[in-house]
Amino acid sequence: MLKISDLHKSYAIGDTSLHVLKGIDLSVEEGEMVAIMGSSGSGKSTLLNIIGMLDVADSGEYILDGLPIDNLTEKKAAVYRNKFLGFIFQSFNLINYKNALENVALPLYYQGLKRKKRQELGMFHLGKVGLTDWAHHLPKELSGGQKQRVAIARALAANPKLLLADEPTGALDTKTSYEIMEFIQQLNDEGKTILMVTHEEDIANMCKRIVRLRDGVIMEDKKVTQVRASQYV
Amino acid sequence: MFDIDLWREIFQSINKNRTRSILSGFTIAFAILLFTILFGIANGLENTFIELFGTDAKNSIVIFPGRTTKAHKGLQSGRRIRFKNEDYNYILEEFGDNVEYITSKVNRNVEASFKGEKNSYQVRAVHPEHMYIENNVVEKGRYINNRDLQNRTKVAVIGNAIKEDLFIREEAVGKYINLNGIPYKVVGVFSDDEGDNEENVIYTPITTAQRVYGNNDYVDFIHLTYNPKLNYDQAIAFGNSLTRKLKNKFDVANDDQRAIRVRNFAEGTRNVSQMMFVLNLIVLFVGSGTLIAGIMGISNIMVFIVKERTKEIGVRKALGASPRSIVSIILLESILITSLAGYVGLLIGATVLKIFGPGLKDYFITNPGVNSGVVIGATIILIISGALAGYLPANKASKIKPIVALRDE
Repeated sequence: MLKISDLHKSYAIGDTSLHVLKGIDLSVEEGEMVAIMGSSGSGKSTLLNIIGMLDVADSGEYILDGLPIDNLTEKKAAVYRNKFLGFIFQSFNLINYKNALENVALPLYYQGLKRKKRQELGMFHLGKVGLTDWAHHLPKELSGGQKQRVAIARALAANPKLLLADEPTGALDTKTSYEIMEFIQQLNDEGKTILMVTHEEDIANMCKRIVRLRDGVIMEDKKVTQVRASQYV
Repeated sequence: MFDIDLWREIFQSINKNRTRSILSGFTIAFAILLFTILFGIANGLENTFIELFGTDAKNSIVIFPGRTTKAHKGLQSGRRIRFKNEDYNYILEEFGDNVEYITSKVNRNVEASFKGEKNSYQVRAVHPEHMYIENNVVEKGRYINNRDLQNRTKVAVIGNAIKEDLFIREEAVGKYINLNGIPYKVVGVFSDDEGDNEENVIYTPITTAQRVYGNNDYVDFIHLTYNPKLNYDQAIAFGNSLTRKLKNKFDVANDDQRAIRVRNFAEGTRNVSQMMFVLNLIVLFVGSGTLIAGIMGISNIMVFIVKERTKEIGVRKALGASPRSIVSIILLESILITSLAGYVGLLIGATVLKIFGPGLKDYFITNPGVNSGVVIGATIILIISGALAGYLPANKASKIKPIVALRDE
């Protein structure tokens, strides 16, 4: 599904350059649920951004679903992001003047789907996250957990191959975090490949595999027994 | 390509920032309002001048003979100058290239009667080309033609006003009208948009008049229009050389102002059109200045909007928005605000002109207003302005990196 080899990335800071990723090798199979952990500055967000085609590596190879991701124009990157990837952010990043349904349907708009079809699919995915009744509410009328569920519905709407989550529970309380995790686990059970960055041990343990980064290299990469979130809810 | 979804997005975004959009459109609306009113007033001034000149050809030159006031070449002063047919021919021979239409004229006042109706009118005996010089419109029948000239036929073309006074409800063409006791066949009825004065006139062939009024070939005066290809300076030079040659032909001193008088409309027209040119320049300067201020205002606001929406644009890009779709959203939003605001300004301006226009007649302004050409021009200018105003912000928006936009602060 995903194969990364010898990935390097550095940022220029003034005259010096900061070497953030120092040769990452990672491969993820379909249906996996991987937590990327590390302290801040370990390079975990940079790695996720590169996987999400929001950032470009300096060197190394990145193959997504058999497709080498290399030398992308902005236009092509937009198409790939739309087709292959679903994003879930820590701060939800919903568009504040669009209601829940419109937010969910936005990726479908960029796929060029007709309005009616978009509404239909949007409602379907909102239903999956249990927010059918909230379809016409603006984000400010939703709780944090609800917002994140809308964001998840939006990430799912385009039926991506890979779901990328950047600290999806970072802005939520423990109870809501577990609810969201329960939901993400369900998605994984249904076969979605999920990659998430987190620095919370308990959240990471709800994945099936933990990759630990420190100072730009992978320190540890191990499979774990998944802790089901449902037992805490 | 009309993309209803794109417009829906734009309307949503404008609606979200309603106050700001209205405020930013205000300058544009004001610019167009100002421009419309200024332009309308300038138009009104021009209309006044046009009305003063009437619809007679604006390239007219009229040549009147008079009496000499200076002795010259052994001839006494006080000598009467008379034009004849040969002078008409002389002008054509000497200045044929510069002449568009030309007619000799003999004017007489006559008693005209038809059946019981009777009145006095002016008869103008002319050449057929007179029709174009005076801008007569033949309503019925025909005008004087060359056959009339050759055969010295007793035919008359009468003005609409005469037709209504003398013929009342009868058909005039084909009937005989009595002019000072001589019957003339009415061959045509004409109208003139200068009104009744010019329609209380009877036209007859010049040759007929010359035979009837003394059996000679005298001409009261000559009216011509110069070739419209001549510019004002050339036309004035033409008038001057025409005067000189005629004075020479009649042995008149060059500085004798009364013997032969030439009235050249080019001189007046040149002054008016120069004034209008300067006036239009001022209107354009003020109008475009305000418009530029408006464009800057919109551009400024759009830059601000883009800055405020950085995160949203980042999200859109992460979800698969192409740079082009981002550019079109910002650009179209800018064009839409500009055009809508501009049209509001245009509408208010046109309404103001419509309401207050008629009251401005005393101030030398006639029918101020804007025509459809201005509206079309304004539309194009507004769209271009909107695009200009949106270009920089749109470009900025398309360069937003989602990773930067999405960074959590």
